[in-house]
Amino acid sequence: MKTIRDTWLVYSRAMKLNLKQPVWLIVMLVQPIYFLFLFAPLLEPMDGMPGFENGAMETFVPGLIIMMALFGSAFVGFGLIAELRQGVIERMRVTPVSRVALMLGRTLSTVTTTVFQSLALVLLASLTGKLDVYWPGVALMLLIVMLTAFMLAAVSLGLAIILKSEDAMAPTINTLVQPIMLISGIMLPMVMAPQWLQNVADFNPFYYAVQASRDLFAGEMSTAAVWQAPVILGALTIVLVLWATRKFARAVA
Amino acid sequence: MLIETKGLKKTFKSRGKQVEAVRGVDLAVKEGEVFGLLGPNGAGKTTTMRMLSTLIEPTEGHAVVCGHDLAKESAKVRRDIGYVGQAGGTWGEVTAREELVMQGRLYGMSKKAAQARAVEVLESFQLGEYADRNVKTYSGGQKRRLDIALGIMHQPKLLFLDEPTTGLDPQSRAHMWDEVRGLRERGTAIFLTTHYLDEADALCDRLAIIDHGEIVAEGTPLALKKEVAGDVVAVGVADRAAEAQELFAAKDFVREVEAGEPDPATGVAVLRMYVEDGAAALPELLRGLDAAAITPASIELHRPSLDDVFLKQTGRSLREEK
Repeated sequence: MKTIRDTWLVYSRAMKLNLKQPVWLIVMLVQPIYFLFLFAPLLEPMDGMPGFENGAMETFVPGLIIMMALFGSAFVGFGLIAELRQGVIERMRVTPVSRVALMLGRTLSTVTTTVFQSLALVLLASLTGKLDVYWPGVALMLLIVMLTAFMLAAVSLGLAIILKSEDAMAPTINTLVQPIMLISGIMLPMVMAPQWLQNVADFNPFYYAVQASRDLFAGEMSTAAVWQAPVILGALTIVLVLWATRKFARAVA
Repeated sequence: MLIETKGLKKTFKSRGKQVEAVRGVDLAVKEGEVFGLLGPNGAGKTTTMRMLSTLIEPTEGHAVVCGHDLAKESAKVRRDIGYVGQAGGTWGEVTAREELVMQGRLYGMSKKAAQARAVEVLESFQLGEYADRNVKTYSGGQKRRLDIALGIMHQPKLLFLDEPTTGLDPQSRAHMWDEVRGLRERGTAIFLTTHYLDEADALCDRLAIIDHGEIVAEGTPLALKKEVAGDVVAVGVADRAAEAQELFAAKDFVREVEAGEPDPATGVAVLRMYVEDGAAALPELLRGLDAAAITPASIELHRPSLDDVFLKQTGRSLREEK
């Protein structure tokens, strides 16, 4: 009970801070919008080809949303570094607030903003008139997006506590997220990849996230990825949230 | 007793090496007093405070804070203490009122109770005017007042203040001293760290001097200064300092002569000595110098300060540390 109450408190503070700087919510949308208008047209001739059976845009947009969730969440640690430096985290750790809540509240606020950004992106994409949106599928896809954001936000917060500096954080996140993104089939479906790269992708949890998002977006509920993604992401999320919570409880900043 | 520690130790690992930040600290802080931990940077003040406020676990030793065992009942300790860190505790796009209400709620207050208490606290720290402005627009003194206001939102029995006046201008500093005295009058005990001698002297009922992770002296500022009985005479001598030191040491009314390092620019070394009666000793000392044809570069006579206490215990001056 106390954990839930405390999580809500930390969450509402984080959301309030988000809403006071709405610029950032829009800035995080800029990159996917570039991809939507400057890269997606390149894929249009692929419509119906292997990997694009659901349609070019219908394949690309769900992947793009996962990418946004990846990058958006991976960078939340930056805000935490500033708060660590200003003593905000230390101040809260001296209160009886639940340690899990300090972590969960912040993570959940990232999940919330990611969901809104995803919806905004789907709406924008549908306005181009080049894809069919199956809304029940979108709703289910958002669950995968939420798990992705949840997990990456936890990792990012944990890393922020370990690294304690923006200068170390930026290259670490990039080194980590770039390859994960490239071999998750966001840009082009992995069926186009050589066999060895496909084998590597099999070990990338976000490969399943992208697959599941595409299937759900198209309204296909019974593919393997649709159950694989939540199981793999869910298990990893639990481990990483526990890890990040420990970091929070012991942070020496 | 609000705080009682026995053999409190903290060892950090830094680049494979063990660093003993705090090596066996025994302290006792009474209800309602202002207790100061005075020492140079890196002496272990902050580490000691962070252990006592549950932020880091001691490597060894035992402590009871507000009647609760620090190691086993940290949750109960947290409820009874307030803590204001060196970095403060607020930032950017939040207002004082929002942060205070949030702080109260983190301590389990209802929204209504927290809002009411925030009004009270804003008033008593003269922050009412700025209550709904973003913290980033605050001056250093205003921000520091808010930091302390956050620390006492839940009316703790004991408030930890880590270097409360570091970086403040003289006026804000005087203000902060008044705040601390005011809190004490209302019954809150205060445990503060400082490297300012005048602050320790003016503000603390009792203090402990810490150096290299160990307590070297403890008592009221007055008692500590009395230990260094008599007066302090400091004579600056260029070139022939060693000769002058011998000369002074030979006088039977001089208890101890300590020679400082010569100033690299002027070559003047300061010889400090403790004497029973400064007014009587000074002419004697000058006559001695005159007879040996040594011209002093400076002469000072003063009552012992906390710096003399520190100097006596550690052989170093706290002023030089900064």
